[in-house]
Amino acid sequence: MLNNLIIFVLAAFVGTEILTKVPQTLHTPLMSGANAISGITIVGALVAAGMTTDPWSGWIGFAALIVATINVVGGFLVTDRMLEMFGEKKSSGAGQAAQRTNGTPG
Amino acid sequence: MKTAIIDLTYLLSAVLFIFGLKRMQSPVTARSGNVLASLGMLVAVVATLFLKEILSWPMIIAGVVIGGGIGLVLARKVEMTAMPELVAVFNGFGGLASALVSGAELSQHIAGTASSTFGLVSAITISLSILIGTVTFSGSIVANGKLSGWITGSPISFPGLRVLTVLLLIGAGGAMGVMIAMADAFPELAAPTIQAAAGLGASALLLGILLVIPIGGADMPVVVSLLNSYSGLAAATTGFVLNNTALIVSGTLVGAAGMILTVIMCDAMNRSLANVILGGFGGDDGAVGGPDVPEGKTVNETSPDDTAILASYAEKVVIVPGYGLAVAQAQHEVREMADQLEAQGVEVKYAIHPVAGRMPGHMNVLLAEANVSYEKLYEMDEINPEFPTTDLAIVVGANDVVNPAAREDEGSPIYGMPILNVDEAETVVVIKRSLSPGYSGVPNNLFYADNTKMLFSDAKEAVAGITESIKEMQEA
Repeated sequence: MLNNLIIFVLAAFVGTEILTKVPQTLHTPLMSGANAISGITIVGALVAAGMTTDPWSGWIGFAALIVATINVVGGFLVTDRMLEMFGEKKSSGAGQAAQRTNGTPG
Repeated sequence: MKTAIIDLTYLLSAVLFIFGLKRMQSPVTARSGNVLASLGMLVAVVATLFLKEILSWPMIIAGVVIGGGIGLVLARKVEMTAMPELVAVFNGFGGLASALVSGAELSQHIAGTASSTFGLVSAITISLSILIGTVTFSGSIVANGKLSGWITGSPISFPGLRVLTVLLLIGAGGAMGVMIAMADAFPELAAPTIQAAAGLGASALLLGILLVIPIGGADMPVVVSLLNSYSGLAAATTGFVLNNTALIVSGTLVGAAGMILTVIMCDAMNRSLANVILGGFGGDDGAVGGPDVPEGKTVNETSPDDTAILASYAEKVVIVPGYGLAVAQAQHEVREMADQLEAQGVEVKYAIHPVAGRMPGHMNVLLAEANVSYEKLYEMDEINPEFPTTDLAIVVGANDVVNPAAREDEGSPIYGMPILNVDEAETVVVIKRSLSPGYSGVPNNLFYADNTKMLFSDAKEAVAGITESIKEMQEA
């Protein structure tokens, strides 16, 4: 329990450190991408759904597995769809683009 | 040995999540970051499937196929303007999954098949996970309803709402207390624990609804962001339940992300989180009045043709997109107008306020969808010094984010909110359907300024009209 608490606090600091540097442009993809990561509960759902000793646990786990998978698959795919659009540089600003990204951030 | 391998694999997936999120710091690397994070998820899933003794394969395959199929369809079909609704739904599912997993764990304790005993730690973590996960679920469903319109966007309140909320909180607390008191009591006292858990789930479900319905539709972006944080916390608490490092680390990362975005949005609106949550502030943007000019003030009206002339002779044009653009889905029309102007040698930039659109950074996604290169999008602090040298600022469906009252009127509720200083541009054209105030309800003096011209129209029609006349002028 104490170890878990330590991991929790440290992860909170790492997260804050990394995520405050995400530019405003990417806040929506960040939110949907982070949300897909919260679907990590799928790991717990798999274990619960795989239980053969306790049928109740298996069925609850099955329901959890379905919703967690929706979250994970949908979340990553839709984030990718958004980020794909950010990658496109068809407009004329491409040259200026390279300059700004190589230069100071933001 | 096996436990060591599985723990190390979970550590690997946590590391992949961290690197993935780190790559979100630049639009250039963001897509690969998302791929990295999904790889982390795959690693965790594969490790779980092969290393834990999982026996019920048909159930697992069925669950993954059904869930994956639904997720795939939702992700493919969603309109970019409907992104906030979809994120709200996914948040809800994430929360529900966490609550269910804790429920399944409880069920194993009751059946006596759990690997550990139902002690104090299990009792606390399981009940917390059920509470947070279920509140996230029902709150997200209400948020989705408000965003997509099947629940009114106006704040819903009734006498006794606060009292009921407090009662439910007490009920949930009581149920958690019972569960904690039952720790170490299995298998003799299983029934009261099941009843307490069911009661906790039911009160949490209602609590989530009651917490979100009194909040106005325009504040939903903050709520979605907060719920995003909750869904992460739910996953982290489930990690405490299962004693699983991967869940704790990734859930906490998500919790931090949601919290940071919530704080950024509140700052950008100059409001405290408590103010948003207890608010009842704002409502539907549907209340549209005609051009109702207050006494002693005059409005200069303009037409798409005149705006086209102004824009064509300008050296620098700054486009300020807002909520109205998102609602009218006018992003493609705006990009076309910008292309026409750029073809004539006019410098075009976009000024993006942090709360423009329907969720943090939503405007950037909409413009990216319309193929606007992100290098042309300027954040508030970058663009504000440029307004005095701007010939024409075109405000498309934005209101509060350009209201000078935030800078000048100390008595205004939005005083102190950071805004885009469009009023410093030589000429401002505001495309808006009426003079009605934005969701803050504060009248906007920008509309009556000498250098402002109002173009009363739907954003899409107006911008298309401007583009059309620019084309005609070129051909003439």
